[in-house]
Amino acid sequence: MEEWFAHIAPWLTGNEIFTPATLARYWDGLVNTVQLVFISLIIGLGMAVPLAILRGSPRAWVRAPVWLYTYVFRGTPLLIQLYLAYYGFAFVPGVQETWLWFFIEEPFYPALFAFTLNTAAYTTEIFHGAIRATPRGQIEAARAYGMSTALAYRRIVLPSAFRRALPAYGNEVIFMLHASAIASTVTIMDLTGTAYYVYARFYTPFPAFIFVALVYMALTFMILAAFRLLEKRLLRHLQTAA
Amino acid sequence: MIDFHGYGPRLLAGAWLTTELALLSLLVAVVLGLLAASARLSRLRSVAALSATYTTLIRGVPDLVLLMLLFYGGQIGVNMITDRLYNAFDIDIFINIDAFIAGVATLGVIYGAYMAETFRGAFMAVDEGQMEAARAYGMSPWLVFSRIRFPLMMRHALPGLGNNWLVMLKSTALVSIIGLTDMVRVAEKATKATHEPFLFMLPVAVGYLLMTAVSELAMLWLRRRYDTGFK
Repeated sequence: MEEWFAHIAPWLTGNEIFTPATLARYWDGLVNTVQLVFISLIIGLGMAVPLAILRGSPRAWVRAPVWLYTYVFRGTPLLIQLYLAYYGFAFVPGVQETWLWFFIEEPFYPALFAFTLNTAAYTTEIFHGAIRATPRGQIEAARAYGMSTALAYRRIVLPSAFRRALPAYGNEVIFMLHASAIASTVTIMDLTGTAYYVYARFYTPFPAFIFVALVYMALTFMILAAFRLLEKRLLRHLQTAA
Repeated sequence: MIDFHGYGPRLLAGAWLTTELALLSLLVAVVLGLLAASARLSRLRSVAALSATYTTLIRGVPDLVLLMLLFYGGQIGVNMITDRLYNAFDIDIFINIDAFIAGVATLGVIYGAYMAETFRGAFMAVDEGQMEAARAYGMSPWLVFSRIRFPLMMRHALPGLGNNWLVMLKSTALVSIIGLTDMVRVAEKATKATHEPFLFMLPVAVGYLLMTAVSELAMLWLRRRYDTGFK
């Protein structure tokens, strides 16, 4: 980092807003945003796979709670979920004396909690749709080979469902990156929070927000490119011969 | 009865503001989306490129950042223009940007980009022969659009349109951050004052779920209407 700053410092002389100190703040914001989004996406993905299988269960009492969970989390704004997680834990009487306070005190963990539950709900629905789109014949063929339901899921249904879900999941990743901007409302210094700080400190909305918009755009295009690459590799069997 | 510590009427007023904001933004977004989609399909390269730039730029940036940029930057931008007018032509005007109008404009501009993508696909799915027939009947370009192209396109656009609407409805919650007193802001203030987050946040969440449910009914009605003549 030090070297990098030394390198661009001459280029920045005479610029009052984008000083090395401000850029370091933006860098910290980037780290916070990426951490928050990445960790919640990973945990959410892990939750979504079993939930998607339960969501398609033939038993109503298994299916219904998962449906209710995804319906509520997809039907209400993430901001409400974030406020509930942030204030909901902090205002429980006596919580400050327990070991939980370690997690609640830091706004990062309540935000992570809300984001994870939110992305898990959306991802569950994406996987559920992909699992449901499995061609009947494939399941019948697996049965004919004598595979148990678990084995058929593991070897046939899930691998092909993951591939089908890939484009929609790419959209969800971008959606999460953009949605994470609201973390700044609970005092997390993410990219947007930093931009707001710079705006408030220098009263310069255009440089502060346009710069951060460009950073988000670069991240968005990187995610898009990564998913396009993945799709190219994993969905090769769906491409028409050139 | 649940005791809202006197915040009840303000919550209701906030819910009304959310409804107004969402519906007006939808109007702006649909009009902008139709314009941008038509521009994207234009034979003029520069017009098509301009529309493509608009949709790509907007969809690459979080809506909260755009909201802050246009809201905080908008007033300074307008002031700069009015200052120029004053210095150059001695015209003295002061324009104060209203938070509600800024919210409607920003949400409209953002979701116009998403609508444009939906409409573009839908326009392309309409059978060209239908428009040729309409032109053969001697219909004017406006008549062709309003009687043939638009109704046929809406059939393809409705699922995407409904999706965009639901996302936008939830995005209206963001205006609470830039200072509009929608139901989320009322709930947040009440939470801070009374330390009872669930008492205020849960009714607001139910409010959004209700709005979603009503929208789903409206979408069902619209789909049936635009499916007339098919199946």
